[in-house]
Amino acid sequence: MTFQPVKFYQTGTFTVGNRLLPAETRSVQANMRRTNSLNSGHRACQGCGEALGARYAIDAAMHATENRLIAANATGCLEVFSTPYPETSWQIPWIHSLFGNAAAVATGIAAALKVKGRSDVRVIAQGGDGGTTDIGFACLSGMFERNDDVLYICYDNEAYMNTGVQRSSATPPAARTATTTLGNSFNQGKNLPWIAMAHGIPYVATATIAELRDLEAKVERAMHVRGARYLHIFVSCPLGWGHPADQSIRIARLAKETGLFPVFEAEHGEVTSVSKIRKKLPVTDYLKPQRRFAHLFSPEVRTDLIARIQEGADRNVRKFGLIEN
Amino acid sequence: MLKQIEGSRAVAEAVALCRPEVICAYPISPQTHIVEALGEIVSSGRLAPCEFVNVESEFAAMSVAIGASAAGARAYTATASQGLLYMAEALFNASGLGLPIVMTVANRAIGAPINIWNDHTDTMSQRDCGWIQLFAENNQEALDLHVIAFRLAEELSLPVMVCMDGFILTHAYERVDVPDQAQVDAYLPPFNPRQILDPAEPVSIGAMVGPEAFMEVRYLAHAKQSQALSLIPRWAGAFRQAFGREAGGLARSYRTEEAETIVVALGSVLGTLKDTVDELRESGGRIGVLGVSCFRPWPFAAVREALAGAQRVVVVEKGMAVGVGGIVSNNVRTAISTRPIPVYDVVAGLGGRPITKASLAAVLQRAMTDDLELTTFLDLDRALVEKVLRKEREVRRSGPIAEQVLKLKG
Ligand SMILES: Cc1ncc(C[n+]2csc(CCOP(=O)(O)OP(=O)(O)O)c2C)c(N)n1
Ligand code: SF4
Ligand SMILES: [Mg+2]
Repeated sequence: MTFQPVKFYQTGTFTVGNRLLPAETRSVQANMRRTNSLNSGHRACQGCGEALGARYAIDAAMHATENRLIAANATGCLEVFSTPYPETSWQIPWIHSLFGNAAAVATGIAAALKVKGRSDVRVIAQGGDGGTTDIGFACLSGMFERNDDVLYICYDNEAYMNTGVQRSSATPPAARTATTTLGNSFNQGKNLPWIAMAHGIPYVATATIAELRDLEAKVERAMHVRGARYLHIFVSCPLGWGHPADQSIRIARLAKETGLFPVFEAEHGEVTSVSKIRKKLPVTDYLKPQRRFAHLFSPEVRTDLIARIQEGADRNVRKFGLIEN
Repeated sequence: MLKQIEGSRAVAEAVALCRPEVICAYPISPQTHIVEALGEIVSSGRLAPCEFVNVESEFAAMSVAIGASAAGARAYTATASQGLLYMAEALFNASGLGLPIVMTVANRAIGAPINIWNDHTDTMSQRDCGWIQLFAENNQEALDLHVIAFRLAEELSLPVMVCMDGFILTHAYERVDVPDQAQVDAYLPPFNPRQILDPAEPVSIGAMVGPEAFMEVRYLAHAKQSQALSLIPRWAGAFRQAFGREAGGLARSYRTEEAETIVVALGSVLGTLKDTVDELRESGGRIGVLGVSCFRPWPFAAVREALAGAQRVVVVEKGMAVGVGGIVSNNVRTAISTRPIPVYDVVAGLGGRPITKASLAAVLQRAMTDDLELTTFLDLDRALVEKVLRKEREVRRSGPIAEQVLKLKG
């Protein structure tokens, strides 16, 4: 009998609850009994990729740990929109301390759980790209180096959104923010997943909100590993990037399909799997729908800058082998 | 048990007896020997279970302590000087979240110019961060205050700083009475947190609070810390009963009977001051000492009462608010604001400058005849600073201040 494997993209979407799959392999989000760890009613913007990413990730982590989870949150959009006093969207034990210390707070929680013999309870730290790649970098690196039993999740929306869209070290070249009004310069960048890998920690992965099942699988895998783990999730931000709220998932998918955001996994510093690009698209497909890149297309088309961005994407494709042979 | 040990070791022994469950360590002089000793105690297995976390900064040290405390563990760390400032943001956070962390601060100057020696600039700079601040007079008290600090912190759900003079106490070998485990266990029950991160009962800690409730939250911080003013004497009393010696309390008077002049101070300088006052008493001076052990919360009533009979007050302090003068003296003034008596401020011992009996006696004698400026700098080389100031007036590019001072000093 010939066997035809079902590819997810045959459904036309990558969304929740693939009906072609057996029940036990369906996504956590497809399950009515998911924990809704980040409950509805919070104050994120419409189409917020960070809200979506956090819900996916934390529900998956809850599933993986049988609901024994504690989270430490850095200051940022996720913290502010989820806990306006006296309300909270969090259905899990959750603490917000400061902007730059989420990783260290999580280390403290993990240490407390260890002395108390509660190694069944797992710890997550989470923050935005600013709280991760900039101000929280030292604490994060310390947590990695000690190999503390913490999963750190970075929700990367490529700028300081909560304070009104300022540039962070994760802001891509040419992107316009409130502090790079002519477009961000072409710097060296700061590739946090790569830096995490340089620490040799047991597990590093990247994901986007466009591929729910992939994201969930990575969270699941991360929760079955002990020690320091890092998950970098690409989350679109309609407000900061200037795209319609209903385009968040499409934009995230384009980031991957252009090669601008490589989706991969690594163990102990070695890349172990790569999500291939199905059909490589030019970076302009990704850039055009976002107002933060509008100056690349009008009043004149900046072919020079676009070419440099394309070069970056092509380099990723080569470096990670993103295209199926 | 009586032991002849270094102050840092004495503190480490006391902390270990308090059974902390998470200890965060980061080196900075003159605190380093404390965490080194604790590390040794933990790795020997004598203190267990305990997680000893070597962190990458003081900011992380306090943050790890915050996480540990919020998850229900008894948490401890130690620091000094630049390290205390480096954790400043987390200090306010720990108190704001109501986490009963105990921390030793081995008091040291703040740079620039960098200076590793003792004064109180570090903890004075953090006096309003919401932590209780207790000052030790000698090594025995430094040891004892830690036992009291954990009791107090956990009772109020507020963090406590035990301040001890760097080098002068931390590095001095003195005889101390180290209590036994049973005594400490009887005084300090296991940590029973008011809030805890627990999957069985999820709570959100550290939510955002807007104008509609922030005043109330801050008022509660004030009201809560003020409760320490009644709890501290109670725990000091209980300590005396259990251990048979004095430690802590709000403030302690020495030879203040019929004293016209009372000298107020904090920390180890009290020893020198008491000796000086003994000599002045011998020559007929009506002078006494008030040692303040609890600087935050500020014990208004205890200070007012202790100074009730004085005609003048001299505050000898190892810190200064630049552009203002004394810090402790201003607190003293608020305590006795209804009585118009002079409060002289003697800024002394900055950056480890020795505070000698001779210099103290000279300045106190002048104070006793009201022949003293309101703010004096003990043993200041006035000619030298005048020279520097003159040069700065004359030469625009006069160079680094510290180098000028050292050059002129010869
Ligand atoms: C020490 C400190 N510096 C600055 C801020 C101001 N601040 C709060 S949130 C934020 C931006 C957060 O950006 P990011 O971490 O990328 O998260 P996002 O809001 O984009 O999700 C900034 C700058 C702060 N709260 N604390
Ligand atoms: S600004 Fe961006 S990250 Fe923040 S809530 Fe809105 S969409 Fe989400
Ligand atoms: Mg961001």
